[in-house]
Amino acid sequence: MSRHESLYALLAEFAEPTALVRAAHASRKTYRNVDAYAPYAVDGLAEALGFRRNRVPLVTLVGGILGGVGIYALQWYTAVIDYPINSGGRPLDSWPVFIPPTFEVTVLVAAVAAFFGMLALNGLPRLHHPIFNAREFDLASRNRFFLCIRASDPAFDAERTRTFLASLAPLRVIEVPA
Amino acid sequence: MAADSTATLPQGRRYTGAIITDKIADIVLERPMHWGYMLGFALATAFTVLLGVAISYLFAKGVGIWGVNQPVAWAFALTNFVWWVGIGHAGTFISAFLLLLRQHWRTSINRFAEAMTIFAVAMAGLMPILHLGRPWFFYWLIPYPDVMNVWPQWRSPLVWDIFAIATYIIVSILFWYMGLIPDLATLRDRARSRGKQIAYGLFALGWRGDARHWHRFETSYLLMAGLATPLVISVHTVVSLDFSFGLVPGWHSTIFPPYFVDGALYSGFAMALVLAVPMRKVFRLQDFITTRHLAKMGTLMLVTGLLVAYSYLVEVFNAYYSGDRFEIAMIVNRYAGPYAPVAWAVILCNVLIPQALWSTRLRQDPRALFVLGIVVLVGMWLERFMIIVVSLTRDFLPSAWHPFYPTFWDLATLAGSIGAFALLFLLFLRFLPAISMSELRKEARQRPIRVTT
Repeated sequence: MSRHESLYALLAEFAEPTALVRAAHASRKTYRNVDAYAPYAVDGLAEALGFRRNRVPLVTLVGGILGGVGIYALQWYTAVIDYPINSGGRPLDSWPVFIPPTFEVTVLVAAVAAFFGMLALNGLPRLHHPIFNAREFDLASRNRFFLCIRASDPAFDAERTRTFLASLAPLRVIEVPA
Repeated sequence: MAADSTATLPQGRRYTGAIITDKIADIVLERPMHWGYMLGFALATAFTVLLGVAISYLFAKGVGIWGVNQPVAWAFALTNFVWWVGIGHAGTFISAFLLLLRQHWRTSINRFAEAMTIFAVAMAGLMPILHLGRPWFFYWLIPYPDVMNVWPQWRSPLVWDIFAIATYIIVSILFWYMGLIPDLATLRDRARSRGKQIAYGLFALGWRGDARHWHRFETSYLLMAGLATPLVISVHTVVSLDFSFGLVPGWHSTIFPPYFVDGALYSGFAMALVLAVPMRKVFRLQDFITTRHLAKMGTLMLVTGLLVAYSYLVEVFNAYYSGDRFEIAMIVNRYAGPYAPVAWAVILCNVLIPQALWSTRLRQDPRALFVLGIVVLVGMWLERFMIIVVSLTRDFLPSAWHPFYPTFWDLATLAGSIGAFALLFLLFLRFLPAISMSELRKEARQRPIRVTT
């Protein structure tokens, strides 16, 4: 960081997703602080960047369990302990009728966890990010694919990294001001 | 950039990610309003105002302004409720179930189908609340520690209902919004005015297309689809239990859950076609929502329609097979009683006319599909009316029988809800991309989409 205070990263722009995946693989040999940006979910791109631990399924599972157990416990407590009603002589702990709300709330909390878990793990919402300092980055949400090597990388050197990115045959290499 | 322009595209050219993005985003950002849109908007607004008037008058006077009586305490409001929830179901089926089945053609129709779901369920959610008598206490259905020390009665399907509908609308909104996030980022990046950049930018939540973000996004999206699929089945099941838990002949039947879910999908595909046909024409989206898409929805409508026809048959069979005189009387009353025209209109609209869908040529004719969609929607509304109201007019004791006639305010609430639904849908088309750009970019890369018009 100290050597490149005016620079956030160097971007290489590609026209094809396959070129970006190849470039991501190549960059990982030298660099660690590498990001990739694409206009849609490119298969294998996150893996090429060394992304392994996706915690979204775990968060969703925990949400579902909490929701299901929570609403079942609430139904049991209210129907048996706090507000017992004799409804046609049925047992107070009439568990089969507790199942529909249990199912619904399990789904509800799991879906809420999947959504907000995804956002939280992605660090979103976020009002600004230095990558938007590159004017050309607008195309990342349209048709262009970007490889980004951040200046914070220990192996980053403005000149050598630029040469390396140029060797990957991109459309152009762009400087992202900090 | 000339090659990326959407103005003139030669026939047979392949759609690239850039052209797809421009074509869909420009509907929202650039293109002037079509006269057909303006006309629809004016009509929809007028009917929404009517709904507002109907609701205001209802709040002032109470449910007596409707034609409800004893024994027909559930009439138009519940009929509308069941009908609207059902319409929503096809949207979830298209977006979640077909995603799990890897039906790639769903890509260009899932967004507007999800929007249809949300607006239909919003209309549905309004109805039982209006019907409560004291609608301002609707939140008593939600379990919370109140000062009266009263909790909901968990053994009632009406309590399950609020859980099912609330879960359904929340999950549908989250699923829809999540799919929209990358597209909102595209609109943010393409908008030229500062106001639009800020508005779309805020709703895009800072999405930047990071590969790791995409990975979590896809996982989350798939999980939500997996959750939404059983959810959608459960919702109309619970709605059907509202009736089948009652002892009224014509309600008290084990066939109700599959019968209702299937009818829901049937009316939903009909509504999807009724919305898709004019939409693709007005916004010139025929290359994305092709006749193939329409034909597939037509096929799904035919299949669900046949299952509905089977259910009608089983209802009659069950009544006679049970030997129960009240069940038999219910069937005789339904098909030969004072409301027989309703039942025969149901058979005509839901069973007989839709058989035209066996014709391949007709399934590829947008106009015919539009008309069939309307016919099925009318038929399905009448079916809900037949099940709910006709069954209630004559139950066990003839001394308790009473007919039901709708008043102006019943009809105004129904027409107004259709207007409000249309208004919400038209606003959606104006402010949000009607087709998922990010999914279509990926889809077009794997399976070429070519210019035909």
